[in-house]
Amino acid sequence: MTTHPCGRRSALIGGLVVLMIVASIASLALGTVPLAPGRVLAALGGHGDAVASAIVLELRLPRTILGLAVGAMLGLAGAALQGYLRNPLAEPSVLGASNAAALGAVAAIYFGLADLHPVVLPVLAIAAGLVSLVLLFAIAGRSESPLTLILAGIAVSTLAGAAISLALNLSPNPFAAMEIMTWLLGSLENRSFQHVWIALPCIAAGSALLLFDARALDALTLGEDGARALGADLRATRLRLLLGVAIGVGGAVAVSGSIGFVGLIVPHLVRPLTDRSPSAILLPSALAGAVLLTCADIGVRLIPATSELKLGVVTAFLGVPVFLAYLIRERRLW
Amino acid sequence: MVTIALDHVGVVLGRRPVVRDVRAVLAPGTLVGIIGPNGAGKSTLLRAILGLVPAAGNVRIDDVPLASMARGAVARTLAYLPQGQTLHWPLTVERLVALGRLPHLAPMSRVGEADAAAVARALERAGVSDLRDRIATELSGGERARVLLARALAVEAPALLADEPLASLDPGHQIDVMELLRAEANGGALVVTVLHDLTMAARYCDRLLLMDAGAIVADGAPLDVLTPERLRAVYGITAAIERHGGTTTIVPVARAY
Repeated sequence: MTTHPCGRRSALIGGLVVLMIVASIASLALGTVPLAPGRVLAALGGHGDAVASAIVLELRLPRTILGLAVGAMLGLAGAALQGYLRNPLAEPSVLGASNAAALGAVAAIYFGLADLHPVVLPVLAIAAGLVSLVLLFAIAGRSESPLTLILAGIAVSTLAGAAISLALNLSPNPFAAMEIMTWLLGSLENRSFQHVWIALPCIAAGSALLLFDARALDALTLGEDGARALGADLRATRLRLLLGVAIGVGGAVAVSGSIGFVGLIVPHLVRPLTDRSPSAILLPSALAGAVLLTCADIGVRLIPATSELKLGVVTAFLGVPVFLAYLIRERRLW
Repeated sequence: MVTIALDHVGVVLGRRPVVRDVRAVLAPGTLVGIIGPNGAGKSTLLRAILGLVPAAGNVRIDDVPLASMARGAVARTLAYLPQGQTLHWPLTVERLVALGRLPHLAPMSRVGEADAAAVARALERAGVSDLRDRIATELSGGERARVLLARALAVEAPALLADEPLASLDPGHQIDVMELLRAEANGGALVVTVLHDLTMAARYCDRLLLMDAGAIVADGAPLDVLTPERLRAVYGITAAIERHGGTTTIVPVARAY
């Protein structure tokens, strides 16, 4: 508490940006063929050797960009939802958008549509995320209480989960089932710039919608009446927030598959370094999410295994101990 | 300076009429107490004035219908201290009180020097400056109540609507808060407060609205409203009303059947 709060915030954001740059360079340099940072930079500058250029520009650059963007989206969505629902256990999947997006992707694989064109799967995933939003509004109705929304989200999420299980259950052959499973585990392997161009606009739009309502989230610290008496338009806030989650997380899940825990843990890691108000954790959560997912993706490439580990598996294993340690330390005070 | 005019204001929650046909003009520079038994509709009337519940009739703020005002403009005009407010995040006291400046912030701007000064004034006036670095959720009930009052004062609105500001305060701080509300009114603000302590209501308020079953059953100077017959009829109590010096004490004695 000795430093000025604004100074502390700049230091936090500055530190996270530095970490993000380091993680990005590491992500471009590390993998089955390690490259020296000099070769990476030369390739990025357009005058590297052919091998380095191919690896960096065509394989690792899209993967790194997606890692950063998906991680940032998940972290930001978690932070915004925890603030809006005033619940430290909220995360992007709580409103059903990520499960629904996963269902869209699974349907694409199940019906063989994914083989038609690489764009079909992500587009179906985003569309399913938006459909889940309509369903959520239909169930939750006009109520502004967070509990109604969480219950409606659980209903939507469970329905999508059940449909995914059904697809696995009925999958025509073991290969289709394997493909669905692999996709559900979440990965950034073999992603191209095509995926980047699909995900990035969704993530940018979603992030903008989520960052818009920082003040209303702060006002909600005083409850719904308190926030409205401070001038917050909660109906508009809810619409922007849910659209932001559906579009942004839908876009992220569409290219990466289901990656859990990032949206849950990251706001918790960041919160003690801020003044704990919901608005103060939004941007740092996005940055920290980008760093965390990029590091997890580097880990996936470096951990020796017979087949490459899936990103969702690694984040879950990383997430649980971090979350438990945090819980024990902060039991008194989130 | 702001005048609130209530014209046939009614609120129905579920199917139950909670506030019925309330008519009153609340003038600036007055401290108005709303009293009445539990469930009489006092808090709901305050919420209707703020536009937080759908209400029939008209609420006008300086002759402008509340419904036609932007939420931000309402927030700058009417500061609200809700009853038994829960805090959802463990903010420091200073950060919490600064939430009161939200209606004044232009889009994308940060809390400026004028806002910081308003926060400091609010902390000072509510007597919680020494708590500014504490975590608000770790305070005692009474300390928290005063911090939340400071949060409402930080809006620096021309009208303050306080729902039971004395709840969980010790006698000394009850007097401090009533003196503070009195000073707000003397400074030209309109202060409307829900109270249960009849002695405090009689001693500090300029005007009392006595509510029963959603309707205002008496409206006037405190000693005209607080008659033994009304206390018996509305609260179902007998009370000892004693005047000595310039002060009045009203002590509930027994249930009247």
